[in-house]
Amino acid sequence: MAKARGNVFFDSDRCKGCELCTTVCPVDILAMNRQAINRKGYHPAHVTDPEKCIACGNCALVCPDLVISVERVA
Amino acid sequence: MSVVFEKTKGLTDKEFHYCPGCTHGIIHRLVGEVLEEMDLLDDAIGVAPVGCAVLAYDYFNCDMHEAAHGRAPAVATGVKRVLPEKTVFAYQGDGDLASIGTAEIVHAAHRGEMITVIFVNNAIYGMTGGQMAPTTMIGQKTTTSPFGRNAEQTGSPIRIAEMLATIDGAGFIERVSVHNPVHIRKTKKAIRTAFECQQNRKGFSMVEVLSTCPTNWGMSPIASLGWLAENMIPYYPLGNFRNPDKEA
Repeated sequence: MAKARGNVFFDSDRCKGCELCTTVCPVDILAMNRQAINRKGYHPAHVTDPEKCIACGNCALVCPDLVISVERVA
Repeated sequence: MSVVFEKTKGLTDKEFHYCPGCTHGIIHRLVGEVLEEMDLLDDAIGVAPVGCAVLAYDYFNCDMHEAAHGRAPAVATGVKRVLPEKTVFAYQGDGDLASIGTAEIVHAAHRGEMITVIFVNNAIYGMTGGQMAPTTMIGQKTTTSPFGRNAEQTGSPIRIAEMLATIDGAGFIERVSVHNPVHIRKTKKAIRTAFECQQNRKGFSMVEVLSTCPTNWGMSPIASLGWLAENMIPYYPLGNFRNPDKEA
């Protein structure tokens, strides 16, 4: 079976920088973007290595603020 | 290409006012997803509490009603009796349900009202500034128990799910938690079963969800999830306490 591949999208202005998503990613590709500040004044979450996403959806599941959506491409 | 996860239609586009990392947002989303999946958005009526979730009527994409502090089950009772074909739910915190509203929740269950209650237990009063709640853990420091809760002075934390499970009018009672993805999935399943219990007229249904309050616990959101798992779950065991299908 081919490995699942996915894309993660962020509605970054909704992010409150709680970092919960960074703790549940099985391939460890989520981090807070220290170079960016969103409308609320937080460092929003972002993907460091999009190629590795396996579309598990854990990040979106644990996000309390509806920031994340996930699609599966393969 | 397929969508794995997108925002549910069960919630409005309004951004939550909750603190960063507050699990109210997760629980709101799960309720919204269940309402959408059961095609209840046009038929559900929610009752918002007093507490942090007081603005819940802005977030759920169905008809909503506000209640006085602790009285959501009483208001839900009235709505359900007048409109028995509607699906009625109350969304309450522990300061609301387990303290000022204890009489309402006990008697709503006792009468076997066909309503569903989502009970968010984070062991503290969040909205008013972190005071001790009936659900506060022994030794837990709050603004009104600065040296930690003392059982001799204030009794032990109240276990609402176990208490309501002894009542014959209760159909479905379960305690769940949202501290990791596995339990978030289980929580959604429990919320769905509770709504099904109401639709099948099997009695009162309640889901107690263990939740965090990073701001008033004085911890980071990540540390809060760990604190919940280590301190709350041993005292508030997860599981089903009453299920209409198992007793039949």
